[in-house]
Amino acid sequence: MSPFVGKDDYSFTSESTNNINVGWQRLFRALFLVTIFLVFSLVVSLVVGYRTLDFTLLRQDELARILFFELRLPRVLLAGILGASLGSVGACLQAFFRNPLAEPFTLGVSGGGTLGASLAIALGWGINLGGVPIVFVAAFAGAAGASAVVYYLSRSGNTVMPGTLLLAGVVVNLIASAGVILIQYTADYTRALQILRWTIGTIDIVGFDRFSYMFLFLLPGWFVLLVLSRDLHLMAMGEDSAASLGVNIRRCERLVYLASCLVVGVAVAEGGTIAFVGLIVPHGVRLIFGEDVRLVVPCSFIAGAGFLMLADSIARTVLGSVELPVGAVTAVVGGITFLGLLRRQRRFSAI
Amino acid sequence: MPINKKNRLTRSKVLVEARDITFTYDNEQFVVKETSLQIEEGRLVGLIGANGSGKSTLVRLLAGLLHPTSGKVYFGGQSLTRISKQCLARSLAYVPQINPMFFPFTAFEVVLTGRTPYRPRFRFENRIDAEKALNALDRVGARSLAYRPVTELSGGERQLVAIARALAQEPKCLLLDEPSTALDLKHRAMIVQILKSLREEKNITSLVVTHDLQLIDTEFDQILAINQGSIVDDGTPLDILTESVLSRVYNDPSIHAYQIDGRIFVWSGN
Repeated sequence: MSPFVGKDDYSFTSESTNNINVGWQRLFRALFLVTIFLVFSLVVSLVVGYRTLDFTLLRQDELARILFFELRLPRVLLAGILGASLGSVGACLQAFFRNPLAEPFTLGVSGGGTLGASLAIALGWGINLGGVPIVFVAAFAGAAGASAVVYYLSRSGNTVMPGTLLLAGVVVNLIASAGVILIQYTADYTRALQILRWTIGTIDIVGFDRFSYMFLFLLPGWFVLLVLSRDLHLMAMGEDSAASLGVNIRRCERLVYLASCLVVGVAVAEGGTIAFVGLIVPHGVRLIFGEDVRLVVPCSFIAGAGFLMLADSIARTVLGSVELPVGAVTAVVGGITFLGLLRRQRRFSAI
Repeated sequence: MPINKKNRLTRSKVLVEARDITFTYDNEQFVVKETSLQIEEGRLVGLIGANGSGKSTLVRLLAGLLHPTSGKVYFGGQSLTRISKQCLARSLAYVPQINPMFFPFTAFEVVLTGRTPYRPRFRFENRIDAEKALNALDRVGARSLAYRPVTELSGGERQLVAIARALAQEPKCLLLDEPSTALDLKHRAMIVQILKSLREEKNITSLVVTHDLQLIDTEFDQILAINQGSIVDDGTPLDILTESVLSRVYNDPSIHAYQIDGRIFVWSGN
């Protein structure tokens, strides 16, 4: 045997495996970079606004302090929480359905949540159910109902038809918004206005009271989605192969369904329909860090928070004294992104 | 007598077994009907049958991806329902018939998932796993594809990547559903050659589902023939790949079969 064979073999493998980052360092590097983005967004969105943040005024003026701590800080934090929720759910749904265009909005989950929450607002915003605001429960129920319908329609045997999935999602959204309009027309004037303002997707929050209720729903949902990211990594490459690699498809399906509805339900109840965050953020993350879902989900979580904070800063400042709903900003940016992806998608014929 | 490379006349252990399994999607049409089969360890087995005869469903039942409506599937003497999924994934690998890919994962990333059954949930694959994945790609002759996005690969190349993933799983048993459909002649022969050498080196059992009878030669240990959801014939290649058996299996009286140098040539028509 040639003495060079062994040497060549050795150099071949050692060279190639040294170039591969398979460990935690890849995840940590990615998380570090998105965290920098998050901190940047946080600072920007705390500073900009109708009144730019003035630190000397903040120290002296009582009113400025109240404005900052009771209005701007909660709003920025809420934007972060909603962005993190929508971003991570989007990343999970895309992997789960093997469809790069899936996200809470396009799958009708947001629409269903909106309908449920509108109903709750029409009955009375402030009603609590055992301490939990009824809008949360109603939005969760609506989201769960809508996604069950969409999923049932698009599943045939053991495959999910990608075209039907999106079409069913869009139609469920339309039906839901028709329901919302019906509720608006029959509800009294102030309630109707409340619903209208809220459906476009605004982030209005005063104080921190509601945060604890939100976390009651969000923390379990976030936790489940992050833990499932390995199963979703395998699911993204095909259901059969995932199952043969040991993924319990049924359990994974139920957990993703429950967690997504929980998280999206609360996000919708607090922020209205903020469209396309779950689309733009995971795609941006994938573009930079690659396709590994075990990276994409946690990074989308953090990057989503940063993204929505920035979008909200734009919404607050772009028209000067008038505040735009953040949903309008994400819908414009995200709608264009969606169309661009749709165009690129034709090559893979996923639709 | 079957042609044996090693002395395999000694009684070997049954690895995969199905007892009276029936499968139906809607309780009306049986896709698999009261079928039993046994595959011994270290055997290279072919499963043949006409289109729609239930081949794919049967192999999915054996892989535990579908659960039989009645009857039971056993792996290594244990009922599939009693083996944990992770445990099963370490000894049984399944290569799906079609591998549609919607995200541009690299081929290496796809093959690396074959190592998942050996990793705890919160651990990434390590360098050893990476090396095993690359070796698996090497074995199917697809090392050069390692860093190409799978969405840009051809159907045949994707099939090779799927087979490499199954090899990276280091299973005791491989179930391949139509592995040759998108492959060219050279790679077809290579796949069968890989399965044969796995059998010789590590006593690995393989079940190849195919309608492509050219894939099968006399070095296969056992051929199962399925018709309308039931195994109708079970024997050596020389027993099964004859005109009389094949015309019955395929319901086609115009089948011709010839043997030349341990290869069997089959065609239909005049």
